[in-house]
Amino acid sequence: MSDSRLDVRKTYKLLINGAFPRSESGRSYEVTTASGEFLANVAQGSRKDLRDAVAAARAAQAKWWGSTAYNRGQVIYRLAEMAESRRAELAEHVALAEGLSAKKAQKSVSRAIDRMVWYAGWTDKIAQVFGGANPVAGPFFNFSLPTPSGVVAVIASQNSSLEGFVDEVLAPISAGNTVVVISSERRPTPSILLGEMTVTSDFPPGVLNIVSGITAELAPTLASHEDVDGIDLAGVVGDEANELSITAAASIKRVFRPNESDTATTTRRLRAFIETSTVWHTIGQ
Amino acid sequence: MTEKKLANSQLGSLEYDPAPESASIARLKPSYGLFIDGSFSDPSKHEQFVTLNPANEEVIATVAQASAGDVDAAVAAARHAYETVWSKTTGAERSKYLFRIARLIQERARELAVVETLDNGKPIRESRDVDIPLAAAHFFYYAGWADKLDHAGFGADPRPIGVAGQIIPWNFPLLMAAWKLAPALAAGNTCVLKPAETTPLSALILAEILQQAELPPGVVNIVTGNGTTGAALVDHPGVDKIAFTGSTDVGRLIQQRVASSQKRLTLELGGKGANIVFEDAPIDEMIEGIIDGIFFNQGHVCCAGSRLLVQESIADEVLRRLVRRVEQLRVGDPMDKNTDVGAINSAAQLARIQELTAFGEGEGATRYTSSCVLPENGYWFAPTIFADVSQSHRIAREEIFGPVLSVLTFRTPEEAVAKANNTNYGLACGVWSEKGSRTLWVAQRLRAGVIWANTYNRFDPTSPFGGVRESGFGREGGRHGLEAYLNV
Repeated sequence: MSDSRLDVRKTYKLLINGAFPRSESGRSYEVTTASGEFLANVAQGSRKDLRDAVAAARAAQAKWWGSTAYNRGQVIYRLAEMAESRRAELAEHVALAEGLSAKKAQKSVSRAIDRMVWYAGWTDKIAQVFGGANPVAGPFFNFSLPTPSGVVAVIASQNSSLEGFVDEVLAPISAGNTVVVISSERRPTPSILLGEMTVTSDFPPGVLNIVSGITAELAPTLASHEDVDGIDLAGVVGDEANELSITAAASIKRVFRPNESDTATTTRRLRAFIETSTVWHTIGQ
Repeated sequence: MTEKKLANSQLGSLEYDPAPESASIARLKPSYGLFIDGSFSDPSKHEQFVTLNPANEEVIATVAQASAGDVDAAVAAARHAYETVWSKTTGAERSKYLFRIARLIQERARELAVVETLDNGKPIRESRDVDIPLAAAHFFYYAGWADKLDHAGFGADPRPIGVAGQIIPWNFPLLMAAWKLAPALAAGNTCVLKPAETTPLSALILAEILQQAELPPGVVNIVTGNGTTGAALVDHPGVDKIAFTGSTDVGRLIQQRVASSQKRLTLELGGKGANIVFEDAPIDEMIEGIIDGIFFNQGHVCCAGSRLLVQESIADEVLRRLVRRVEQLRVGDPMDKNTDVGAINSAAQLARIQELTAFGEGEGATRYTSSCVLPENGYWFAPTIFADVSQSHRIAREEIFGPVLSVLTFRTPEEAVAKANNTNYGLACGVWSEKGSRTLWVAQRLRAGVIWANTYNRFDPTSPFGGVRESGFGREGGRHGLEAYLNV
């Protein structure tokens, strides 16, 4: 294969319900590298795409949560395996998107893959760490189970194109939620690559749905969507984040806003989209 | 045979003599000020309002209407106490204060029960046996956490949030105060508590108890007033955390108002709990459980089992027995120890119940109302059951917050789960069946924060309580209840 061969370029599309549609709107937008060179025409998702994605996420949620915690852990671990085998490609895109040196991009990918492994190990620990038995004063067996909030919307970090994205989507997914994420507006390609990998990692269709596009246009649709239970506002700040928080309050959504105290080992994001369901059962003969 | 018939007819006409508790046990003062920085003071604008006994509409006492300035003073006192005293008090010392408060509530339990019943209208049997003992138990439980926070599962050395603004409802006045204050204080926060407008008195007795416990001034401040007082507390920039229990409509407004601040928020809001009854359930216990689930506390319970989902095969029998049981409920003087159902808490709440039940008839449901004789004065609503209710009826969708049960039917467990989850709320549900595997199958699929199996309306300080979806977020009670007051 000679160097002069004309390369075959990829179309970057949405991920909805395990399929890769172009936006139903037919729109795309130009994404450049950090240094301003043309990188790709990426599908520009619409409000309708988001509604389709929420419907897919809702349909997938009961099945995802209904599978065993062991199985969910294996699926997420499989994603780490896929990412490891395609780490060169991921690193190349992280470098282009974030303007990092090859070495720094590779380190970022390593950390992202290690986070996938971390979350793979959480799925069957959550019930034990965040749940428990409660010694009520009466003849009842009483236990508290962590359960997923349901469908979680994520406005992905604008800067951290892969590492941030992994945390933002896998925290809710490992807890049994399904996710609709608006990827980084200017740096979407690493997340789109990761989305492609989920399809070969036994992620059931609809568990992770990725819509690329213009954040300011898309985010209000998720914040106001009545069938979205929670929202992670990682990718918006200031007045925009405040406005989305106010919109989300109309349906009493769980709203997660990252802060400086969040480190790699805090569980704040994991707990953000976990509910506690407490069951009382009578004890008797 | 004849004797037996005679006995039955005598039983049918059995009359109970009144067994009233004495109102004088309440030892109430004619008027109360605001509890700020350890002592009672007059409100800055000298505005007062009266609190009524809903069972006879007589004035019980006059209380202070806290202005925004008063709220400001209360928050300042809480901040000062947090920075100078409470954050420097060890967990072990905080623990002992809370144990003291628990004991003082137990010592003054009878007085508190009478105050609660006078102010709220709930039967004295319930305030005596449920509200007050549980309030004491809540302080007792969280007392033990104050010096064990490192072991609560939120990492080493978890820190308090700071000043907590806490707004509570009128349905369980003292118990809700305990649910808010006990975990907040155990975690090391200071508090400004706003009791409900129609039921401020037991919180003011609690203020006296805090004085007797020698809790440092400013650690707990209690500001009485109406919605404007609550709004001033929600909007106050010196408050780090808001905890609210009340309606979903007000909760939504509060979430919007704090959305652009750094304030932490927990909400415990409304519900439309489904009580699911399978054909194999033990019928006597189940009938009592359904009755307790909806008529306890006049149905003024956010987790009330207000939608009965009954399996079709037993629907007729269950309805017949429920209607007969409702006839036997003793409705009337809340101070009478034999009373089952007391007064509706306020004229406004009564109007709301009347409005929604009128829709029930208008939309085609079949109404059964107890033929009990209601007192002339006060706010009263006879226990009511609606049958033939469909999912689209307002009485099946909206929280009535009164002694009104809507009965729907189902055939399969799948249908029961689908109907139970067909609501924007998600606070509590009941499941009645002798088959444990089915109960757990249903429980797994219900979108609710609390699920009672073969029981209903049970509360315990060790057991987390709170909702999903539009019933709010955050938990009160248990280890989980600490999270709402820790910076974790």
